Amino acid sequence: MKLITAVIKPFKLDDVKDALKSAGVAGITVSEVRGFGRQGGHTETYRGAEYKIDFVPKVSVSILVDDPDVDGVVEVIANAARTEKIGDGKIWVTDVDRVVRIRTGEEGADAV
Amino acid sequence: MDSGNTAWVLVSAALVLFMTPGLAFFYGGMVRSKNVLGMLMQNIFAMGIISTIWAIIGFSLAFGGDNPIIGNFDFAFMSDVTSLDDDIPGFAFFAFQMMFAVITPALITGATADRLKFGSYALLIALWSIFVYAPAARWVFNADGWIFEMGALDFAGGAAIHINAGMAALAVILVIGNRTGHGSEPMPPHNLPLTVLGTGILWFGWFGFNAGSALAADGVAAQALVNTQLGAATGMLGWLLVERIRTGHATVLGACSGAVAGLVAITPCAGFVGGVAPMIIGTIAGIACYLALFIKARMNWDDSLDVIAVHLIGGIVGTLLLGFFADTAVNGEFDGLFFGGGLELLKDQFVAAVGVGAFSFIATYAIAFAIQRTVGLRVDIDAEMMGLDQSEHAESAYAS
Repeated sequence: MKLITAVIKPFKLDDVKDALKSAGVAGITVSEVRGFGRQGGHTETYRGAEYKIDFVPKVSVSILVDDPDVDGVVEVIANAARTEKIGDGKIWVTDVDRVVRIRTGEEGADAV
Repeated sequence: MDSGNTAWVLVSAALVLFMTPGLAFFYGGMVRSKNVLGMLMQNIFAMGIISTIWAIIGFSLAFGGDNPIIGNFDFAFMSDVTSLDDDIPGFAFFAFQMMFAVITPALITGATADRLKFGSYALLIALWSIFVYAPAARWVFNADGWIFEMGALDFAGGAAIHINAGMAALAVILVIGNRTGHGSEPMPPHNLPLTVLGTGILWFGWFGFNAGSALAADGVAAQALVNTQLGAATGMLGWLLVERIRTGHATVLGACSGAVAGLVAITPCAGFVGGVAPMIIGTIAGIACYLALFIKARMNWDDSLDVIAVHLIGGIVGTLLLGFFADTAVNGEFDGLFFGGGLELLKDQFVAAVGVGAFSFIATYAIAFAIQRTVGLRVDIDAEMMGLDQSEHAESAYAS
């Protein structure tokens, strides 16, 4: 059982969601996040005063997958989210000890 | 009584009232999201408390009797207001002036954003309305007032309203100090669309403010309305031009700020100038008010939303330029320097600006200082960090 977390450009969310659906992924969790990376921030000017905005808005997508599906899902996300410009984001995979479906009490791969 | 004139003044009173919620949105969009309700409340609350004070005592202190400095109690609690019935009803004039009294202290809230205790703010504007606004309005708007008698012109309140509120704003921020984090952490506007909405409402209401000040539905009102539009329009262009040259961008906030700067500057001139004068006045105001933004940085004054740059400097620009552009062919008894009137009017305009400004600064500083030393005027640090929405009103503007 793995947790795939992808931080992507917000406007790519629909593409990633559609690609994951087509690939048979049953559910994802999305949150709006801010952060900085190599893309850096930008400056805004209000009434002559410059403001450095360091944090860039991104969308974080979390997906629980069974071990054999991990590589395929990572590739689907990467292909859908890629623009080849700086700031496309990152994908990482972490181990998950236990997963429970609340409604039925199913565990492990059955709960994904 | 003239029904056409009466109708226009009554409508104008409603237009001017609408400017205060407009100002609330104009300012509200510029503060941080944790303070937006605090800002909206300070403005909307002025409609409550100042209207009441105006009816009880304010109007009488501004327009009662014949003393050049201060009125009397003849019209207290609205007694005898109908004795002013003339071309328009006394109560039409009373209502129109009431809306001016409401918005003027509200202008100050842009400078003091994010750091006034609500109860103390209420006390501040109540006292200010009685002891600062009412005398200044008398000097400028009442035929017995010393500035009016001297021969200075102020069609709709460049000195009585904008210089007055601008100097008051400076006095209060010198008493309460800067926002915590001012200069070290960014405090960009949280919702500029609100500011654009507020600008539209202000601009719309300003037609009542300026054209209504003709107190008649006549040619002077029409001229004032056109001048108001051109002042706003060229104020926007002037501001954006300098902003674009200096920063590389023409901003939405700049367009709004420039329009308001032009409206402020055209206010004293609206019914006294014609031809291309309003375009020159508006352009100069847009440029001057933009450049005046740098005053606060140099002085380290946390004039949070630029009341000094827009209202004080805009008010001074309009008040002084009237000394050049006043034209008796349009209206009034005095010509400016460019229309053969010599330096006399310009000198009177200067005295009016300095007189109102100095009085406002000293009197406001005394009131703010007294409140700060007794019940406190500024919120404590915990409340400031939490934001006024929660600390002062126990509400949140946005679900989270």
